[in-house]
Amino acid sequence: MRTVLYNLAHTRAGDKGDCCNIGLIARRPEFYPVLVREVTAARVKQLFGEWCKGPVERFELPNLEALNFVLHGALDGGALASLRLDSQGKTYGFALLRLEVEIPDALSVERLV
Amino acid sequence: MAQPFRIAGASGFWGDRNDALLDQVRGGPIDVVMLDYLAEVTMSILRMKMMRNPNQGYAGDFLKALDPALHDLVERRVQVVTNAGGMNPRACAQAVIDLARKKGISGLRVGLVTGDDILGQLDSLAARGVAFENLDTGGAFSTIRERVLSANAYLGSEPIAEALRAGAQIVVTGRCTDSALALGPLLARYDWSPQDWNRRAAGIVAGHLLECGGQGSGGNFAGGWEQVPDLANLGYPIAEVEESGAFVVTKHSGLGGLVTPAVLKEQLLYEIGDPRAYVTPDVVADFTSIRLEDLGANRVRVFGIRGEPAPEQLKVSVSYQDGWRNAVALTFVWPHAVERARATERLLRARCEKRGLEIDQVQVDLIGVSAAHGPLAPAPREEPNEVLFRMAIRTRDRESAKRFGEEIAPLVLSGVPGAAAGLLSGRPEESLIVNYWPTLVPRDCVRALVEVLES
Repeated sequence: MRTVLYNLAHTRAGDKGDCCNIGLIARRPEFYPVLVREVTAARVKQLFGEWCKGPVERFELPNLEALNFVLHGALDGGALASLRLDSQGKTYGFALLRLEVEIPDALSVERLV
Repeated sequence: MAQPFRIAGASGFWGDRNDALLDQVRGGPIDVVMLDYLAEVTMSILRMKMMRNPNQGYAGDFLKALDPALHDLVERRVQVVTNAGGMNPRACAQAVIDLARKKGISGLRVGLVTGDDILGQLDSLAARGVAFENLDTGGAFSTIRERVLSANAYLGSEPIAEALRAGAQIVVTGRCTDSALALGPLLARYDWSPQDWNRRAAGIVAGHLLECGGQGSGGNFAGGWEQVPDLANLGYPIAEVEESGAFVVTKHSGLGGLVTPAVLKEQLLYEIGDPRAYVTPDVVADFTSIRLEDLGANRVRVFGIRGEPAPEQLKVSVSYQDGWRNAVALTFVWPHAVERARATERLLRARCEKRGLEIDQVQVDLIGVSAAHGPLAPAPREEPNEVLFRMAIRTRDRESAKRFGEEIAPLVLSGVPGAAAGLLSGRPEESLIVNYWPTLVPRDCVRALVEVLES
């Protein structure tokens, strides 16, 4: 069964230089293993395409049922130099939540989107 | 058991609400309030103001927030710690003294922390072998040296603690790490050993949760904003810290907001890199060790935090001139709003070429159709009612940036029809791009100075 990541997690995005970090937090503890399995650094890099010019790193925080992604070269030179509408990448978390992922059929997920 | 030490947040950046300080002081018992005013770019903006007027250079909003709250702060003996001093902490501290005198408050002790500003020492430090390479790109300092506007080392908690121990009730600093605004008061209160890395890490995590104002208590909460009561009266977060380092995050019950593990998780993950090593001048905190326990009624316990020794080098934030930017915008209406916007883009590009403008980079957004998420957003299925066309440029040549702004208004008469000029404000002005160069300096090259003034 497939669902949009928005139904499984919420995000908070921030900026540091030309990097955008996106914290991805499981809405329920049982969704965390799905995030770990499905939302890989490679998939995030592919999702952001030309919007992210550098590598993507992924860190795990099982204590918070969350992942942290650091997207290098993702802010068109950094918040101060960027020409983008969202120069600080504060909305990038919602972009990540567009990702479609595979979930076990037995998993009960509320459809928010 | 001893009362926990209560730290309240009251500002996340220069531009945040000015009434949060009064709300925090009057909303219930607290021991200290922390106010953060410095983002990456703020120091250079403040330096430019100071160059025009030597009495400027600090975040004036701090005085606006302090004015209605000062009597309450003094009566209730609540301490205040802030980096509103910016490029001119001395002038800021003096302004606080002047405010106290104007209000008939005598004997108010204001602590002043300086020493972060190393702009005047860059050459002598370079001669001593400090490279000032860009931390992110490895770039050489020589590429920007002539365009540098400001250089400030991030001081830590110790100078703030020293000022509080010397009897200061209000402490004003220049550049320091945001979380030092919490750990400083904790060190003064609890006298934790300089090698107690776990407790120091806990203090830093408390500061990280309080340093962004309302974001720590339900503001900007992606996990459930619909459930956050009364954002108009949002009670900024408060950390009740025990001697052990464990703390409870809460808010005043009479104010709006929401404090749950999900809310705190979003703030914990805000602006961090490798969570195992959150580096500050005071300690390196391991965010993968943080445990949360929901106590209900907007109270969450935070505990189990571990830390490692602080690094030998201090982070330095350098700002420099990096070209010019300008942006123009026009709203196009149904039908074929996207086609009209695209035609306007082609038209503007042709105009730039005709006028010989030097342009390094162009960004075009069709707001309402595909702007915020760029290439990730799917194409819209229906004809939009309107589209806000926006075109932004970056250039080394100021004149080109200025003349670009002159090209939008004429399009109302000479361009594509169906444009609503509502967001068009005459001739958009070019603005200087002030960019940020993160680098390092050895700790022993920077000396913090702590003074205490009295009204």
